[in-house]
Amino acid sequence: MDNLLDSWGLTVATFSPLVGALVMFLIPKEKEYEHKIIALITSLWVAFVGLMLLIWFDLDATEKLQYVVDKSWIDAIHSRYVVGLDGISLPLLLLTVLIVPLCIVYSWNHFPDPKNPKTFLILILVLETGMIGTFVAQDMVLFFVFFEVVLLPMFFMIAVWGGPNRKYASLKFFLYTLFGSALMLVSFLSLFFLTGAESFVFSEIADNVVANAVSRTAQLWIFGGMFLGFGIKVPMFPFHTWLPDAHTEAPTVGSVILAAVLLKLGTYGFVRIAIPLLPDAAVEWAPWIGLLAVIGIIYGAFCCLAQTDMKRLIAFSSVAHMGFVMLGISTLTDFGINAAIMGMVAHGLITGMLFFLAGSMKERYHTLEINRLGGLLVQAPKMGWVLGFCAMASLGLPGLAGFWGEFPAILSAYNPANGLPVETFRTFMVVAALGTVLAAGYLLWLLQRSAFGTPKEEFADDPNIHDATRTEWIAWAPLLALILAIGIYPNLVFRATDAAVDASLTPCLTIDADELTHEEIESAHCSDVYGLGDHGSDHHAVSKG
Amino acid sequence: MTTNLMLLAFERPAIDWHAVAPEIVLLSVGVLITLLDILFLEKARPYMAALSGLGILATAIPLLTLGIDGTERVLFDGAYVVDDFSLVLKAIFLLAGYVVILLSTNYIVDGDYWESEYYGLLLASLMGMIMMASSRDLISVFVALELLSIPAYLMVAWRKRDPKSNEAGLKYYLMGVFASAVMLYGMSLLFGVSGTTVLSGIADSIDAGNGSSSVMTLGIVFVIAGFAFKVSAVPFHTWAPDVYEGAPTPVTAFLSVASKAAGFVALLALIFVGFYELSNIWEPLIWILSALSMTVGNLVALRQTNVVRLMAYSGIAQTGFMIAPLAVAGKSLATGDQALSAIITYLAIYAAMNLGAFAVIITFARRTGSAEIDSFAGAFHFAPGLTVAMTIFLFSLAGIPPLGGWFAKFEVFRVLATSGETWGYLLAVIAAINSVIALFYYATIARKMWADDPSESDLNTIEITPSLISALAICVLVTLLFGIFPQLVARFTEVSLLAFGV
Repeated sequence: MDNLLDSWGLTVATFSPLVGALVMFLIPKEKEYEHKIIALITSLWVAFVGLMLLIWFDLDATEKLQYVVDKSWIDAIHSRYVVGLDGISLPLLLLTVLIVPLCIVYSWNHFPDPKNPKTFLILILVLETGMIGTFVAQDMVLFFVFFEVVLLPMFFMIAVWGGPNRKYASLKFFLYTLFGSALMLVSFLSLFFLTGAESFVFSEIADNVVANAVSRTAQLWIFGGMFLGFGIKVPMFPFHTWLPDAHTEAPTVGSVILAAVLLKLGTYGFVRIAIPLLPDAAVEWAPWIGLLAVIGIIYGAFCCLAQTDMKRLIAFSSVAHMGFVMLGISTLTDFGINAAIMGMVAHGLITGMLFFLAGSMKERYHTLEINRLGGLLVQAPKMGWVLGFCAMASLGLPGLAGFWGEFPAILSAYNPANGLPVETFRTFMVVAALGTVLAAGYLLWLLQRSAFGTPKEEFADDPNIHDATRTEWIAWAPLLALILAIGIYPNLVFRATDAAVDASLTPCLTIDADELTHEEIESAHCSDVYGLGDHGSDHHAVSKG
Repeated sequence: MTTNLMLLAFERPAIDWHAVAPEIVLLSVGVLITLLDILFLEKARPYMAALSGLGILATAIPLLTLGIDGTERVLFDGAYVVDDFSLVLKAIFLLAGYVVILLSTNYIVDGDYWESEYYGLLLASLMGMIMMASSRDLISVFVALELLSIPAYLMVAWRKRDPKSNEAGLKYYLMGVFASAVMLYGMSLLFGVSGTTVLSGIADSIDAGNGSSSVMTLGIVFVIAGFAFKVSAVPFHTWAPDVYEGAPTPVTAFLSVASKAAGFVALLALIFVGFYELSNIWEPLIWILSALSMTVGNLVALRQTNVVRLMAYSGIAQTGFMIAPLAVAGKSLATGDQALSAIITYLAIYAAMNLGAFAVIITFARRTGSAEIDSFAGAFHFAPGLTVAMTIFLFSLAGIPPLGGWFAKFEVFRVLATSGETWGYLLAVIAAINSVIALFYYATIARKMWADDPSESDLNTIEITPSLISALAICVLVTLLFGIFPQLVARFTEVSLLAFGV
């Protein structure tokens, strides 16, 4: 078992959905029930493989890549099929394999128009392959391919099954992301060339960046390209404008997958590629990333306050929440990045759940206009409570998952990594903290307007409005349970990520500078980092003295 | 006196029959078709398509044996060379030719056009192309070029009852002849300076110090401009949209893939074998052609409502992508080799995806009789299979993984971004922006097919003929396989001209 999993686990997890999709492709579309069953079995099988991967995962060595497979793929360009799993990828992989079956269950009886479950489910499965592949790929070209594979299914999901403005939204989503990833590809290639590495494998490139002393200017440009690629995907302010459109128009399941997993591809890219590979450039870019992150937090929150559509509001809250994640990442500290990964998982669970709710409410009310909603607690009390629970989780109530994403991220800005301007980050911290107040504001206001009070006249006696159905409960229960479980015992995530995050950062960023001698700094290739901020240069002088 | 005459008397140069076997087979089939037409007239018509298809497959056999044999064969004092480079390209030409025959089969029958002559000309043009792949001499390049162009002029005007087709034929002919004249003038200048027509001889002459001559520069510029017409690079592209629209669609497919590839082959041979040392002349020229072609092609494509015209402009933009690696190819021998592989890879993948797209367009045109983009609306409802195929081709053209086109674009980016030259990076960024613009119109067509409501009331399913199904199957298969296992194509395109030329 162990051996089989070692050599095949990740590959099977990645490509099983594709096999399922292929089988479905060959079955005529009239056999809807068979399609649903095949899709469900496939996604459950992938979830099972994911569970096995978790069980056999060595949690005492999360910094090490596990289940590594290294096979030749495109020899001509020195790109290899290398996959592996470490503590950073593990929670995101599990999130993915959990969300997909839930989405399939949720859509069981209500496929959005124009129905056609066959194609819809095939797209979800292809999407799953892309998402899993991105989280396990350890080679730049492989990563790029998987990163792009998710675009097509999502494009069609929005364009075909989306809302009234779906054509505009789908194209906008596609163009934005492709623009970023095209420049990202150029960055990858120039990095590969400048390092003179033998292959595109992350670890190899990272070693060569240090060994071959890639020039500072080049590093900054390359990081800039990656920043655009990942930043658009996250999305960071000011590249976020595709997100509200895409979310508003996408079908429920599309929104859930988009919020729960797709946005994480961007932040994951920062944590996995941009920062470990180009630590020096990261230090220079970090204050700007932090700045855009806090602008995103505040701007997202204000936009939420101004929204009249519930789904659009949740979409803008994503901008704000991803701002917290990016703030954590921009501190370049172990603490901050751990918080960021926690933030990704929590946001995936909570916002995914909120989009499920929005979808269910839309089905009952046929509108998400907040002014027309109201009295959900009267008409569908259980759903109302679930909405309340998720709103609380989303605003960061201690004891629920959201708290562990937001609070440590804010806290980490108090003490950013060596070489970063401390005052600036402390200012960010204060602004971000204000953001949480705004978050409480818009979420509670949403809850008040949609769940409290009495139902509006037009919906008062609407027989359509009933409480949550069984399929909805099956889809929601695991998410709700996890939100609570992680909230109570955040170590569920931190246990996996901590060592891995620590290993991904260069020692220069994390080791307390005062404890190092000059020689140690030199030997760790840290001189650049220490030569930057005031903090660092002071130290330089001290250690020389 | 007598002895002198004896010496001057014609002596047949040694011919390596194995090396020219593909050409001979193809020529025989072409002659056979013409003969059968003369002998049996109408009775032979129905078999012509199948016969020419078989002829192409038969031509592939000596190609295979040559590939397995693997030795480089130099004929006629270096004027004609059979090496890996030429074999790979001949294979691409033959495959493209085969698919074009599949595309033509029903089109020509249904339109009640002349069949035997059509296939004869198609094979003649193909003959010119596979000769082009081996030509390493100004004269053999020119002969091959004319051999592939003249039948194409006729084929463009094949829909003889349609004024548009006649206009296209005339336009293509005039532009083509003009380009040939410019090129021939350039060639005469090159010959004047170097005293030889063999490309490697020109390279030697450049080494010997003739490179600095301004006549040489002028010659190179004229020759490149001539081929820029052939591959429809901006600003020499103006013929393409009209010709593509007016020509019978299978011929358009042929022009946009095979004829363009032939232009590229000649350009590559000239640059890598002949002028490689003078990279300071052709690199900036190519850079400008590439940046302009990409940008102009894409921007104009955005405004098109006719899918064939759109494919014409997208083809111009793709040309920009394809020549981009040449803009940095002179940096070092290693970069040069990479650029060469990148271009051939692109040509191979582009052939598959572009022919596929045309196959779908032809199929749709059979139903609706029009190539307006609006006639594709809602295709998902009445032709889901074709819609999926078209989606694959369109997004492959846009370069979205895991479809073949991504690797083609990737190779271009790789050469540009790893050349280490600022100009290279800049062109890479321009290319990146252009790939987004291109996505806009490709995705718009796809979106129309998937998300719009059908414009016509009847939802009859489209009748797809067996030959179109085969063509589609070949193209889909190749596009997907090259995308998922790029090594399949990369191992064949890792060829070099420089080892030979320098």
